[in-house]
Amino acid sequence: MKFSEKWLREWVNPAVSTEELVEQLTMAGLEVDSVEPAGAGLESLLVGEVVSVDKHPDADKLRVCQVHAGQEQPLQIVCGAPNVSVGGKYPLAPVGGCLPGGIKIKKSKLRGIESQGMLCSAQELGLGEDHDGLMVLPVEAEAGQTLQDLLGLDDNIIELDLTPNRGDCLGIEGIAREVGTLLRSAVTTVATSPVVATIDDQLGIDIQAPEACPQYLGRVIRGIDVNARTPLWMQERLRRSGIRSLGAVVDVTNYVLLELGQPMHAFDLARLSGGVRVRYAGKGEELTLLDERTVALDADTVVIADHDKPLAIAGVMGGVDSGVQEDTRDLFLECAFFPPEMIAGRARTYGMHTESAHRFERGVDPGLQRRAIERATELLIGITGGEAGPVSTVMSSEHLPATNPVVLRKARIQRVLGMLPDDGEVADILDRLGMAVTEQHDGWLVQPPGFRFDIKIEADLIEEIGRIYGYNRLPSVSLLGAMEVQAVTETDIPLIEFCNVLVARGYQEAVTYSFIDEVMQAQINPGMVPVRLANPISSEMAEMRTSLWPGLLKAVQHNVHRQKSRLRFFEHGLRFYLQDDGVIYQDVMLAGVISGSRLPEGWDGKEEPVDFYDLKNDVETLLQLTGDPDRFTFTGSEHTALHPGQSAAIQCAGRTIGWMGRIHPSLARTCDLAADTCLFELEYKSVNASQLTEFQSISRYPSIRRDLAVVVDADLQAGALKAAVREVAGDLLQEILVFDVYQGKGIETGRKSIAFGLILQDNSRTLTEQDIEAVVVKVTDQLGEKFGATLRD
Amino acid sequence: MHRENCQLSSLDELEQEALQAVASAADAAALDRVRVHYLGKKGLLTQQLKQLGKLPADERPVAGQEINRIKQLIQENINTHGETLQCAALDAQLAGEKIDVTLPGRGQLKGGLHPVTRTTRRIEQLFLPLGFTVEEGPEIEDDHHNFGALNIPDHHPARAMHDTFYIDAQTLLRTHTSPVQVRVMEQRDPPLRIIAPGRVYRCDSDLTHTPMFHQVEGLLVDEHASFASLKGLIDEFLRAFFEQEDLAVRFRPSYFPFTEPSAEVDIQCVMCAGDGCRVCSHTGWLEVLGCGMVHPNVFEQVGIDNERFTGFAFGMGVERLAMLRYGVNDLRLFFENDMNFLTQFN
Repeated sequence: MKFSEKWLREWVNPAVSTEELVEQLTMAGLEVDSVEPAGAGLESLLVGEVVSVDKHPDADKLRVCQVHAGQEQPLQIVCGAPNVSVGGKYPLAPVGGCLPGGIKIKKSKLRGIESQGMLCSAQELGLGEDHDGLMVLPVEAEAGQTLQDLLGLDDNIIELDLTPNRGDCLGIEGIAREVGTLLRSAVTTVATSPVVATIDDQLGIDIQAPEACPQYLGRVIRGIDVNARTPLWMQERLRRSGIRSLGAVVDVTNYVLLELGQPMHAFDLARLSGGVRVRYAGKGEELTLLDERTVALDADTVVIADHDKPLAIAGVMGGVDSGVQEDTRDLFLECAFFPPEMIAGRARTYGMHTESAHRFERGVDPGLQRRAIERATELLIGITGGEAGPVSTVMSSEHLPATNPVVLRKARIQRVLGMLPDDGEVADILDRLGMAVTEQHDGWLVQPPGFRFDIKIEADLIEEIGRIYGYNRLPSVSLLGAMEVQAVTETDIPLIEFCNVLVARGYQEAVTYSFIDEVMQAQINPGMVPVRLANPISSEMAEMRTSLWPGLLKAVQHNVHRQKSRLRFFEHGLRFYLQDDGVIYQDVMLAGVISGSRLPEGWDGKEEPVDFYDLKNDVETLLQLTGDPDRFTFTGSEHTALHPGQSAAIQCAGRTIGWMGRIHPSLARTCDLAADTCLFELEYKSVNASQLTEFQSISRYPSIRRDLAVVVDADLQAGALKAAVREVAGDLLQEILVFDVYQGKGIETGRKSIAFGLILQDNSRTLTEQDIEAVVVKVTDQLGEKFGATLRD
Repeated sequence: MHRENCQLSSLDELEQEALQAVASAADAAALDRVRVHYLGKKGLLTQQLKQLGKLPADERPVAGQEINRIKQLIQENINTHGETLQCAALDAQLAGEKIDVTLPGRGQLKGGLHPVTRTTRRIEQLFLPLGFTVEEGPEIEDDHHNFGALNIPDHHPARAMHDTFYIDAQTLLRTHTSPVQVRVMEQRDPPLRIIAPGRVYRCDSDLTHTPMFHQVEGLLVDEHASFASLKGLIDEFLRAFFEQEDLAVRFRPSYFPFTEPSAEVDIQCVMCAGDGCRVCSHTGWLEVLGCGMVHPNVFEQVGIDNERFTGFAFGMGVERLAMLRYGVNDLRLFFENDMNFLTQFN
């Protein structure tokens, strides 16, 4: 809500500065967004009266005018506007003056003829959008008078950012009431006297949907001059509220909307057939609106119709055909009350936002319509002339919002606010807010005024007490409560511990968008059904991620393009996918990517690119947090995003809980990434619990290491070999360490040598050579049988 | 060195000579040779001792004493000089092993947490000691938890303030972390003290808005909660967060459908100390947080007794707080993941 400070001060004029006024409004919950001078940059403009107009000798479109601007000699001004005429009064920027935006006016020659200033259009002055001709000033303007003086530009435009509960402040009257309450200042309501009907004409009003329109007032006005000029003061007030002047009739309805907060509509009486009907839209009905869009009406839309066709969407926007036009002579003026729930969302359904819907959605005072229609009639006839008929009213009181009295208990104020102002102060605040207050033994019975139908329950009143008393005067106390020991599950591993491990290992945390490019998603993780947004910002942000990899790869890409080649990123967050049953799954994932050299560039050796095993060590370290890394296995397995020979499914109890591997070369190419990039992703819920340690006694006897090297088929995986060893080695085996894998000279093609150390120990005695030999024999037999392994010489 | 007789005068010379030889030994080996020459089994002084018997009996004690004195003196000198030589040798070795300590170390360097995580953690650290627990909720939410249960029915004008991403008519990306309050209140009985950090989404993207950002929601429900205790908590939190004991904090009436009374909280601009600057639009104040007493309709929907319990809730934007705390001037930097930005917070 934007408005002129001067206009407000006509209603209520507390003895405070603009700054103080603005501060008070903001601190009462009517946040002031901005305060701008009403006529910034117009200080030097004068009223110029054109005394004569001659043709320019060398230019068809230019005219040479003599303009009287208060000096003895008229000024010679060259002007190109089509509407300049003798006797006309226009804004004049004299030589040495300025236009808004700082353009300085200098003496100049236009096609050889000297011009001593400039006559201006409304647009050039920021006073309107009209740029087809000069801004026409009223006849009563005096030549030489400053424009500031004429238009009252020593004013501020105040813009309020109103919260949706304060529909009552969407008019000057409401804001004035609020200022009056806050600053204990008297409010002068604009005097409106009912316009006596001079004709008998009435139009039938048939309310077929009373729940949607509990009150409808209408009035016929005949014989208006639709082209009468809106007085400048009204145009200026509209402008200062950000509303364009669109002709006297629309200007008057807009003016009343701003002044009282009541939206109104004027129909061209000649274009209405029969009478007015308020009803729901019928099937297949269409309406061309004032903005010239044709919309198909929904069945839950309430329309104002005549006996043939819909005329307007109730409370939202009028139709173009039934509106005021250049030949309109007779009007039907509408002033109705539509309950918020009937209007809410309708404008948005049709992709519109109108001043009218904005007010009805938030609530208009149901007691305001009579006053508003009288005020509008009075203003209108004053400008356009014409004769008014009687006001027809159709009301369905059972559908009007009930304003029930609300009980306000002292104890509750104390409880909610943490303090209770004096009885007198509470009663005074309520009284200033226009509430009717009855004292009761433990509080008050409060009847809110009609314009505050946001006040329905006790909490609404307590908020008002706090607000007017002043939030910053209310006490501020520390929390009280029992100090209880919080339960902490020792075996839960907070996500942040995983993050800390990664940070210590050189990873930088990234935060990437949860919605990603559908093309990239399909390239990386085609196996999962993604969740799509119905209204994405762009196709690059259209699908919810099924994996954190696309975001991380983009982060790598971004930095590679900025001369960073060694990158290690991780991210945690949800991934989303759709199951066959239509359920959306949202799992917390932990993912990482590494690329570039293994270590930061150093001075004592060559750089080596990262590979699968660098990343695997990071993943293994993460899994160590579970205290039981052996429950996870890495199984060579293929993933669209990964190199088929260098990727592993990370499994636990037969379920895949994550993936890791080197990026697939073709994906690396499409994403413009290095081929050595490696990725991992783990499901947090599968790694977030450890087991409580159960102490095992420590052997006091020495452990013995026995190293074996076996030759096996080249494709035998170390994991299988270790598992086979464990199967037969017995309790003495503490650990198996693979310490060498070799293929090449000395080993036949298709075979490889794996060397491993067995660490053996017993809890009750020192192992003998026989004990050790027994294990070694079992192991070599097993490997021989299972894998055709031979001992390497 | 070729004296036949053990005369005291020649012993003097021997002493001088030996001390001289000790002093001029250049290294440990030379020193040892000197020791053997004078004090060894066949050393000159050992020989002198052996020749004592040749002296008249009355001279023997004196001469013996003298020889032993010299022997002891030489040994002491050898020890001292030996230590000196050892020190010198160590010094020489150390000098040869000198390295350039300004060269960087070998191996991995640490990475770092994202400033959003860092800020979230800081907020958590301030609330956890007060008995708050950290709760989470889904980011794809249903209409009920994001709006309906928070007293924002269909078509409520407040919905226009939330530019919502929809999946379908009833499913959306949460526009705030407030649905977590509802989920917690549905599952647990008061007293409740929770904070809920997380990602939220609004269909808005320009210089000062990103379609995704982070919030931390807080909720306290018990038999004592009041606007005064809400004020106290928020005052204390903001002063602790910005580490400014005298930070001015003000509460402005506002409107959220799920709280009443509702307030927006401003702090004195941390950039200009309230003098007015571009960051605070020359007002001296910065809006940092929204809060209020839980609306009775919200309690009613989750079955909490409005007469017995009161509660308050608050919500803050993590990026906003991080920007103010660290002086970041562009919101979009948080999601570009540029190393030059991220590493500044390590």
